[in-house]
Amino acid sequence: MTSLVWLIPGFPLIGFTLLLIFGRRLGEPQAGWLATATVSGSFLSALAVFFGLATKPPEERVYEVTLFEWIPSGELSVGMGFLADPLSIAMALFVTGVGALIHMYAIGYMHGDPKFSKFFLYLNLFVFAMLMLVLGDNLLITFLGWEGVGACSYFLISFWHEEPANATAGKKAFVTNRVGDWGFMVAMFLLFFNIGSLKYSDIFSSVIEADALTQTTATGIVVMLFIGAAGKSAQFPLYLWLPDAMAGPTPVSALIHAATMVTSGVYLLTRMNPVLAEAAGWSTDLIWIVGLFTALFAATAAVAQNDIKKVLAYSTVSQLGFMFVAVGSGLYVAAIFHMITHAFFKALLFLGAGSVIHGMHHEQDMRKYGALRKAMPITAFTFIIGWLAIAGIPPFSGFWSKDEVLLAAWNENKIAWVMLLAAAVMTAFYMSRLVFMTFFGEKRWGTSEEEAHDNETEKHEITPHESPVVMWLPLVLLSGLAAIAGLLNLPFSHDTKHLEKWLEPILFGNEVHVNASGQTKWLLAVIAIIGASVGVIAAIFVYLKNRVATSKIEHAILEDAWRFDSTVSSFMDGPGRRSFEATTWFDQNIIDGAVNGVGKITQRVSTRLRSTQTGLIRSYALGMVIGAVAIIAYFVSRMGF
Amino acid sequence: MILGLSIGPEYYLALSALLFTIGAGGLLIRRNPLVMFMCIELMLNAANLAFISFGKEMGDLGGQLSVLFVLVVAAAEVVIGLAIVVAVMRRRPKASVDEVSVLRG
Repeated sequence: MTSLVWLIPGFPLIGFTLLLIFGRRLGEPQAGWLATATVSGSFLSALAVFFGLATKPPEERVYEVTLFEWIPSGELSVGMGFLADPLSIAMALFVTGVGALIHMYAIGYMHGDPKFSKFFLYLNLFVFAMLMLVLGDNLLITFLGWEGVGACSYFLISFWHEEPANATAGKKAFVTNRVGDWGFMVAMFLLFFNIGSLKYSDIFSSVIEADALTQTTATGIVVMLFIGAAGKSAQFPLYLWLPDAMAGPTPVSALIHAATMVTSGVYLLTRMNPVLAEAAGWSTDLIWIVGLFTALFAATAAVAQNDIKKVLAYSTVSQLGFMFVAVGSGLYVAAIFHMITHAFFKALLFLGAGSVIHGMHHEQDMRKYGALRKAMPITAFTFIIGWLAIAGIPPFSGFWSKDEVLLAAWNENKIAWVMLLAAAVMTAFYMSRLVFMTFFGEKRWGTSEEEAHDNETEKHEITPHESPVVMWLPLVLLSGLAAIAGLLNLPFSHDTKHLEKWLEPILFGNEVHVNASGQTKWLLAVIAIIGASVGVIAAIFVYLKNRVATSKIEHAILEDAWRFDSTVSSFMDGPGRRSFEATTWFDQNIIDGAVNGVGKITQRVSTRLRSTQTGLIRSYALGMVIGAVAIIAYFVSRMGF
Repeated sequence: MILGLSIGPEYYLALSALLFTIGAGGLLIRRNPLVMFMCIELMLNAANLAFISFGKEMGDLGGQLSVLFVLVVAAAEVVIGLAIVVAVMRRRPKASVDEVSVLRG
């Protein structure tokens, strides 16, 4: 069983290698099926490892496999090692499971793309890097995966890089992530400096048993780790790249920018929970406050977006904020629970949106949708399940996990709970808006023909069609998961909290228990349901019955996400650019000038000195004689003659 | 001793200095590469003589040892030096060293 652990990332790596060599020759659709098969293989091995762990008693549920010594350097010793424990295997299961479904979906979505096999090459590389991130047994392997997924994200956002906007979006994601990576690296340096190891088991044992970190140091590490996590998981103010990342193909948005990569910040902080517990104080408060602000901020922006993928992107940012609220409050189980249910329903929603975009000939503006449920019934049905799940309508999965996160906020601060509830109500509202504008109401896609007629451009008939079976089958499977994933952690009794029991060994007793009676919890849940219903009903009034003009809700400033992005951009383009130019000038003139100056001085001096080399042997001999005489004269004079 | 004269080390050293000066002067004055070579050998042997006489005077084997080293090095030097001289003379017979100055800076 131990030997299976390395197979989990091994399969996608094999797939990547095969596609690298034979990808073009395999072509469409074989390359896609090969990639799907390797990810499915890694899902099966993750499943096998999961059952292997499950048969053991809880405290022994850990497999450690070290393949080889990766970096032996003095005190620093880093092994290429994998750690399969309840947390990493839970992550690996949903990454490979959802990943395999999205790979399959992509076979249909990327149909006819000239770079078909290249797309799957990147996807497999991404899954490999993501699994390294999750399964690494030390921070450096996790960092390797962390950078790997970042690079793949860059490749895939700018996959259609013939459009300059897509290439720019890729660069934006990469550069913004670098800011976060800086924090991750500093955290690693601090940990190695204070503990002398980057291995998780060493860090945890020295923090818990030997009390190796002072609170100040731990606080510094947690803040740095949080900067890293905020970059990767798109928290304020580093969320800027995620809405732009929608430039990539939709399966990429579903896999990387909704289900897996963006949750790795939450994973990292959950993994490091002993350090978080050691730091406590303002650093963990910072985490939940930033999460809360992001959840609310992104939800307001999502209300006014017209691009179907932009709505989902801001929704993802907002839901990640929910997870950070749970992590900062110390309710790690709630964070992981919401991460898993979110992976199911948000992947479902993105794939559903992709199916709509596919059916509407790459039209992404929701104002040109409407009444699509008749044209694409399967997509509509599965999308509605995803909508109910994210809106928090019981018994769908999102309700259960969001309720746990709301409890976390309640436990921390009552005002925080009210704000997070407001974000949840807005979630219900904007998702209902999306569903009503897309699948219900009047059809608005016939009208585009007249516009086309005026411009004398191509006048193709828009006829929405249901997507092929490779695309709707993943939708159906994911909608099943999104509907029932709440079963993982039902709050009724200790016996139904499977996820909490499962994650117990890796939390070292750091899980905070909510300080509220059973009745309070029931009351809060009922309020959450009412809130979600209010959101849905408000959207019915606005977008189905048209009682309120949409212009009153969709303000331009919301569509621009409070102009934060444009403010940052104009700052970077103005004073920022000037400071970069000053830095460049300093580098080119002072730094390079010093280096080049030394070279130039040497060159000039040697040009002068060259003329002394006459090539005449006898003049050299004369020089030697004079030199010898001078040396002798020196010694003789010292002897005192 | 035979002639009742005792020849002290100063004689040998004086001879050595004389030989060295002749060699150095010849090296500076003459232009024929072969003669210059001979002058170099003369200087080397002057040095050898000084080594030997100091060694004998101080009862140190190091002096003789150094001479052996110098001989070996000189032999090696001659092999390379003569080869270069022969190569030069083949291309330009009767050349003086002043004419072979292509390596000037």
